[in-house]
Formats: sequence, structure tokens, C-alpha cells
Amino acid sequence: MSAVDRVSGRALPMRGDSIDTDRIMPARFLRAITFTGLEAHLFEDDRREADARANAGNGKPHPFSDPAYAGATVLLVNANFGCGSSREHAPQALHRWGIRAVVGESFSEIFFSNSVALGVPCVAVSRDAAGALMTLVEKDPATIVDVSLSDMRVSAGGTSHPIALPASARASFLTGHWDATGLLLREPEAIARVAGALPYVTGF
Amino acid sequence: MGETLLEKVWRAHTVRTLPNGQTQLFIGLHLVHEVTSPQAFDMLRARGWRVSRPDRTFATVDHIVPTKDQRRPFLDVMAEDMMSALERNCRDYGIPMADLSSGRQGIVHVIGPELGLTQPGMTIACGDSHTSTHGAFGAIAFGIGTSQVRDVLASQTLAMSPLKVRRISVEGTLGRGVYAKDVILEIIRRLGVQGGVGYAYEYAGPVVERMTQDERMTICNMSIEGGARAGYVNPDETTFRYLEGRPFSPRGDAFERAVQWWASMASDRNATYDDEVTLDGATIRPTVTFGINPGQSVAVDERIPSPTDVPPQERTSLAEALEFMGLAPGAPIAGTPVDVAFIGSCTNARLSDLREAARIVTGRHVAPRVRGLVVPGSQAVSHAAEREGLDRLFRDAGFEWRGAGCSMCLAMNTDRLEGREICASSSNRNFKGRQGSPTGRTLLMSPAMVAAAAIAGEVVDVRTMIPAPESPAVR
Repeated sequence: MSAVDRVSGRALPMRGDSIDTDRIMPARFLRAITFTGLEAHLFEDDRREADARANAGNGKPHPFSDPAYAGATVLLVNANFGCGSSREHAPQALHRWGIRAVVGESFSEIFFSNSVALGVPCVAVSRDAAGALMTLVEKDPATIVDVSLSDMRVSAGGTSHPIALPASARASFLTGHWDATGLLLREPEAIARVAGALPYVTGF
Repeated sequence: MGETLLEKVWRAHTVRTLPNGQTQLFIGLHLVHEVTSPQAFDMLRARGWRVSRPDRTFATVDHIVPTKDQRRPFLDVMAEDMMSALERNCRDYGIPMADLSSGRQGIVHVIGPELGLTQPGMTIACGDSHTSTHGAFGAIAFGIGTSQVRDVLASQTLAMSPLKVRRISVEGTLGRGVYAKDVILEIIRRLGVQGGVGYAYEYAGPVVERMTQDERMTICNMSIEGGARAGYVNPDETTFRYLEGRPFSPRGDAFERAVQWWASMASDRNATYDDEVTLDGATIRPTVTFGINPGQSVAVDERIPSPTDVPPQERTSLAEALEFMGLAPGAPIAGTPVDVAFIGSCTNARLSDLREAARIVTGRHVAPRVRGLVVPGSQAVSHAAEREGLDRLFRDAGFEWRGAGCSMCLAMNTDRLEGREICASSSNRNFKGRQGSPTGRTLLMSPAMVAAAAIAGEVVDVRTMIPAPESPAVR
């Protein structure tokens, strides 16, 4: 695995608090035994609604339908992003679409850990910073947003804001150990020792 | 200094500290279902790994199972594929499975406790966010994603960051017609849908202590809806009595030794908490959600708030919710017409839930044009309900009586809302599109309130429909 210390690219602003994983990936697309092709259904129902309104001359298309944001690698969000269902299908689809970092006010814990396992950092900024970054990108979708885990800053269009990321996740990204399985398999004797000391494992 | 249950369980399961500072935690029970596991098994195969502890892994099928015609092969080809993949994976890796012919199949969070697999002091993981349900037994239970399912399959451990503990005490007593569902909806309304991020919730106080295991499961189930990845209740006599004689519970002398260990894992009296919150049970009323997240709720006799009633940072969300729901700010929630009534899900489809709902519908009939659906949480619940004649009661009242599964909670089978239908639902999420129609609308409430709404054809205060007190079960 490779280290993740910087994600730099165009960004996609996804406004709204508590955007749940049912909206990111509606349950009917979980009816499959692989993750292949999920990216085609990202926000499918939200997109259909927003795009229909836009076609009727009322508002903008959904950011994931808007050609202005095609090829974005940084997702900008508000608070409690990815709440609800633990479905990894949501971050899998974002990753397959091309998202390599998420910048927002806060994240659901399960979404956060699922993203870590895919090598996608979810970094926190203040509400003001999230709003400012979104406005910047909405005005000029060509703006490059630069997320640096070494400097713990996000920079765009001459502005710069501090980011927060738990130390453990930061270490995993910087050392390239964000896929934990290898580490977890390293000390089988220690696992056996703990299991052997648990009364419910040994049959009381 | 005393310790909380979380601290004790954490310590007993710690394998080592990982280089990034996280804890490698042994997982005592891994529950597996058909939606979030097939990709994990594929990753295992691709890397040539085995399942580390098939003896500590248990599978069932719940999300995609049809509830109407369960004959194999399923008419739904994709559902059949997912079912077959789980069967193949369980066979290949020697994992025990409660399949449709076992008499033990059901929603994973209903069957774990029912079979006695879920026990106090354990760590439990499952690729489903409602795994927090198992905390009702004093287990620390996490919902995880598919990559973490792979981690647990391969190593029987997880890399976890420590959680803080917030003790939520519910004091006093609950009024008649107020249920565990109302308590957790009130907790989420007060603390917010992200108030629990970084915390495990410890539910305590006289109201919780008097609750049955079924009721405690309803509370712990929705911890995740408040942002808390885990929630638990300290194990006590109620817990031990529930577990005695279950298929996977220890027996004889081993049971006595187990009870001692289980009791020792409860939070110490002098434990310290990162935060403490107290609610007065007497002030909690039957509660209904009006919005698109489980924190957007009001008591049944309250009015739907206006964007001007709430703090500025909530206004946009509230306006979006009201627009989607087609509900007017300032209108009473009671009287909102419903099209569908769904009694089911891992939150509220256990035998006691069906009994409470049945008491409301007895001698009454579902309103014209309302589609009523009762989906028991497991085959065992279904059989027990049938032995009591509850199936007949529901059918006579105009409900459909279905086979066990997740059903219309998330509509991965053919049970779903159509168009903009409004559903009174005993499930856990009112997210946009959650019940299968992108424009479908969900009102979360207790099973008794769902039953009442089905009869009235609109949201109604269940307290006006409860039969006169006749037994201690009536509050």
C-alpha cells in the first residue's frame, strides 16, 4: 500500500447536513455480490430530482451530474456526512467515481473508518471553512483544492484552513498502513492469548 | 477508581496497541449476513486467507429475503444470487448458518439474542449499523463496513479507536402508552443525530432498569441514529434470566459461573463518565418523526416546528425536511394521513412488540386504503406469535402477516412504498427514499402507534386507543 500524504485536484461541493448513506447509495443498488459499477448510481435518486428541476429551469443540476465537476477528486461536505447505514457501498462508489479525499465539518464514524480502509482521508474543517471552500469552487469549478496531511492544511484559491484528523488515521495514511488486515494478522499468538483468557471463549 | 463496562470489555479484549495508536481488539462474536459479506469473502479468497474463527462466526439471511413466497429458488434472481453466495461462503469456510429451513432464521439482531449467541461482556461486530442492538446485553457491539468484515473474518480482530462513554439516565416512570421507542426517539431528539459521535451510550436509570431485554434492545438499536457507534445497558438479573436455557447459552454449573463473570463486567458504582445526561421518563410522550432524519420528531400532541422555531444552523435541514415530507410548519402531527403501516425491523419486531400492537388492533380494522404489513423479526418470533394466535388477530384486522426479514425497513426485497406514499413505521430510519420509493415518506413511531395509525388511517395518539389496564404489562 502506498502512503497518502496529499490529495490535490478539482473539488465537488455537496451541500447539506446529515447526508446519509441511503442517499449516497440507495439500498436497491446493494443487491449485488460485488462493488463493480456502483459509481454509476451515486446519489441516483437525489440526482434525478435535482436534474429534473434544473431541466425545468429551476436551480442547478446535482453536483454529481454537473459536467463542471467531472473529474473532481476532493469532495466538500457539511456536517455528519455519511450517517446511517454502515454500507461500504457508499464510500466504495465515491472512490470508484474518483474521490480521493473528503473535506467537511464532521463525519459519521462508520463512514470515516470505511473510507480509511479505502485510503480516502475524511478531514474536518470549521463550518465557515467548509462554506468558504464550497463558495470558491461553485464560483470557479477549476479551482484546485489541496489537502495536505503532512501540513494538516487545506488550501485553495489563495486561502488556507487548518484540518483535523485523528492522529491514528493520520499515521495510517502517512505510513501507508490504511488497510489494517496485514497488521492485524501479524501477531497470531497474541490474539490466541487474549481469546484463551476470555471465559466465554473457553466455555466458562 | 471504578471502571465502566466499556473499559472492562475493552481491556479484556485488547490484543495490542497498533503502530498508529489504535487498539487491536478481539471480537468475540462476528455476525454475518448476505449484503455486506460477499465482497469480504472475495477479498479473503483473493489474498488466500482463511476464516480465522468460524466457531465465533454465525450467519443468517435477512435483508433480501422475500417475506411472501420464500420457496427456493427465489423469484427475484438477484436475491437468489446473494442467498447462494452466502450459502457457498458458509459451506466453504465452515461457518454455521441459520437458513430459511432452520427455524432459526431472522433479522441478525433479533436472532443473535434469541439464540443466546449474544452475551454480556462480549465484543460483537457485524456489517450492519444496527449491531448496537446487542449492547442491550452488556456487550460492546459495533457496526462495521465490508473491509472491516474482511478484517474480522481473517483475524477475528478489529483496529479500533477508544470510545468515550456518555451515561444517559432515564429517571422516574413512563406513562401509559409510552414505549422504549419513544424513549430513544426523545433521546435522539434532545442530543441530536450526531450528538453521539465518539461516544458509546450507557443507558441507565430506573426506567431502563425496569425494562425487559426486548425494550432495552429497541433503545440500544437506535444508538447509531444518535451518532453513537455503540450503546449498552449494564447486565443484570433481567439479562441473566433472559439468557437461561437459550440454545447457545452456557448450561448448568457453567451458567452459574457465566452469571458471575457477566455481573462482574457491569460498570462499577464509582465509575466515571465522560458525560452524563438525565431525562425524566414521566415527560416522555408517544413520539413521531416528521422529517428526514430520526432526530426530527415531535410528541404526538405537539405541532410540527417552523424553521423560525429552531436554531439558525438547523433551518436549512428543517426546510428541506418539510418540503420533502409535504408537511406544513405549525400543523399538528396528529391527523397526518397514512397510506401504509409497517410493523417490523430489528428495532421493533420481537414478540413483545407484536403483542403490544395486537392489543391495539384487536376487534378493530385497518382503515380503508391503508396497507398494513406485519413482518416478524425472526422465524422464532413468528412461530411464537402464531402459537398465541397473533397472526389471526392481525389478519382479522386486515393486516398482511409475512415471513421474517428486514422487509420494508430498507426495501431490498419487493416490500416497498410506491410513489409518495406515507408510511407509519416501527423501523429506525426516515431517510429520503429509505423505504424503497425515492419520494416515499416515513413516520417513525412505536409499534403500538403504528397499529393505531393503521386503524385510524392517520397519526393518532395511541393513548386514546389502549384498552383499560388489565395486567402488569399495561403501563
